[in-house]
Amino acid sequence: MKEKITKVQELVYELKVGDVMTQGVITVKPDMPMGELREILRTHRISGTPVVNGDKLVGVISIEDFIKWLADGMKDCTISKRMTKKVETLYSDEPVIHVLQKAERFGFGRFPVLERKTQKLVGIITKGDIIEGLLKKLEIDYHEEEIHRYRASHIFGDIVADKTTLVFKYHINGKDFEKGGGVASALKRTLKRLGFHPDIVRRAAIAAFEAEMNVIIYTEGGEMTVRAEPRKIHIKADDSGPGIPDIEKAMQPGFSTAPDWVREMGFGAGMGLNNIKKCSDKMILNSIVGKGTCLEFTINIEDKQ
Amino acid sequence: MKLKKIKDILEAEIICGSDLLDKEIKTVSAADLMSDVLTFARPDSLLLTGLTNSQVIRTAEMSDLTAICFVRGKKPNKDAVELAMKSEILLFTTKFSMYVSCGKLYKEGIPNSSER
Repeated sequence: MKEKITKVQELVYELKVGDVMTQGVITVKPDMPMGELREILRTHRISGTPVVNGDKLVGVISIEDFIKWLADGMKDCTISKRMTKKVETLYSDEPVIHVLQKAERFGFGRFPVLERKTQKLVGIITKGDIIEGLLKKLEIDYHEEEIHRYRASHIFGDIVADKTTLVFKYHINGKDFEKGGGVASALKRTLKRLGFHPDIVRRAAIAAFEAEMNVIIYTEGGEMTVRAEPRKIHIKADDSGPGIPDIEKAMQPGFSTAPDWVREMGFGAGMGLNNIKKCSDKMILNSIVGKGTCLEFTINIEDKQ
Repeated sequence: MKLKKIKDILEAEIICGSDLLDKEIKTVSAADLMSDVLTFARPDSLLLTGLTNSQVIRTAEMSDLTAICFVRGKKPNKDAVELAMKSEILLFTTKFSMYVSCGKLYKEGIPNSSER
């Protein structure tokens, strides 16, 4: 609740009088007889109205002035004789908070609104206008927030099916060290967009990056296939490279066959497969020497995430 | 600790991402081995390294690091800087060596990334 109040407070400074005021105000002329006022107030269901001479605001006449006139014996006179001449006005470019401050200070419920440059009457503002304006603005903000949230994470929720799986494929160019990481980067953005928890996204991205670098370093290229489901992410990296002769050995932390140029780049320390295992919930590595390697890993999405 | 303060401690020069100077860093890691960074680095942290290739930036991107500081006055190439800008990662360079940089930050009591 506290946050909402802050938002409203923010809005009364942000919204301008001109944004929320009522335009096309009913006005009366100063030379109109008092007797005609009742009909105007009644037909328009208003409790007061600005008095305008040509373009110029000269006063305000309210139902109170009218009652006083009745009590004083309904002597024939023009509105200009009974109107309030000293009028508190606001400019259309002032923030709404000024209306509230003025309303408190003077005890008035309504203020004519002038355009600053021309001093012409452009509207009238009441507390009702402000409330309506605030609600409208909040509604617009809320709607934008809803769209934003929708874009971020409702893609899975929108698909009506017993089982939903999104599949994306990426090509990995072998030996292209400079571009290395592009696939993991694209995947990371995609998973984020699908609304997976940041921890899940990071684990998937790190594991995919390691897998991608392995394909780049050791093979002529390959493919990464990602199957995203609401409860799990499954990633498969396939290559047609040389294959791993001893998988058990390859899994040992620190074991590496990486050439020097790779090590100089900060990779090839023999930690990749271990890290993929650490980041995932299940990892399967299959390889045939001379044919290629297939690395698969799955990240499960727990309820807490 | 705010990156702004780290910049002062390391007397570092900003390469890109100066709009991120107000971000908070929870931990620091120092490595030239990207595999280590990928294994141990935590989100919202700073990496000190002597490596300047694009893979360092990629590594930081994957691990959700906030900033990288290159030691010994090294500067990455244009591609790496562009990548960092795209990934919203702040890059610094300091004239201090890895050892001195680590010592200066350690003295300030910033925790190590792998021991959090």
